[in-house]
Amino acid sequence: MDNNLLAQIVFYSFAVLTVGSAAVVVFSKSLIRSAFALLFTFFGVAALYAFLGADFLAAAQMVIYVGGILVLLLFGVMLTHKLYDLNLRSETFQFVPALVVAAAVFAVIVTFMLRTSWHTGPPASDAPTTAAIGELLMTDYILPFEAASILLLVAMIGAAMIVRRRSE
Amino acid sequence: MIGLGHFLVISAALFSLGIMCVLTRKNAVNVLMGVELILNSANINLVAFSKFSAGNMSGQIFAIFIIVIAAAEAAVALAIVLSMYRIIKSVDLDRADTLKG
Repeated sequence: MDNNLLAQIVFYSFAVLTVGSAAVVVFSKSLIRSAFALLFTFFGVAALYAFLGADFLAAAQMVIYVGGILVLLLFGVMLTHKLYDLNLRSETFQFVPALVVAAAVFAVIVTFMLRTSWHTGPPASDAPTTAAIGELLMTDYILPFEAASILLLVAMIGAAMIVRRRSE
Repeated sequence: MIGLGHFLVISAALFSLGIMCVLTRKNAVNVLMGVELILNSANINLVAFSKFSAGNMSGQIFAIFIIVIAAAEAAVALAIVLSMYRIIKSVDLDRADTLKG
């Protein structure tokens, strides 16, 4: 009982952290502040994965999103603005229509999610998942796994080709 | 025990915030942040359903593939943004209209 209450407190604090920092990403005027708020969103999502018993995914989320994609986005911010340019402002436009659309999408999704009676089984135990994921990637999902590795190679070569300075 | 609905509501909130970000921002890097929010919300859904379907691991495998695709997408999209900045000296998406007749 006491344990359950503790779990709920931790869950709701991470939920508020995730959604709150995502709101900062969306509504903040400063680009740098958006990027750093995204850090907390990714961290909160990793915590939610851990809450769902997906330990490998939580670690992968921390390494890839926080360590990779966020650093890449920060490079993007820094490289496309002059560093002495103090007002890294990101303009917003069509604010009210977008707010209406986003609120409508949220209302529709939540309504149908909560009305549908999902065929849920008993929640899985919190056993480590790494071994099972590795086994599935090498048996049932070997073709998507190889396709993903080729996709990464293609993306790497393509990104390097696009940003390369062309010598005349 | 935290139910499935809680995770679905968080995911829906992240998804609509991501849509809001994509629709309102003019800066290309900021739009990419919105896309990352949307991909993360899809991942939360997949992992939540994986947990509440008696430990069927397919959801987590799909989430891994989404993370892979998100990484590839971020790399290529930022390369395009840098290239665009070099050509038109701006990352304002309204000014990327070179192909417009």
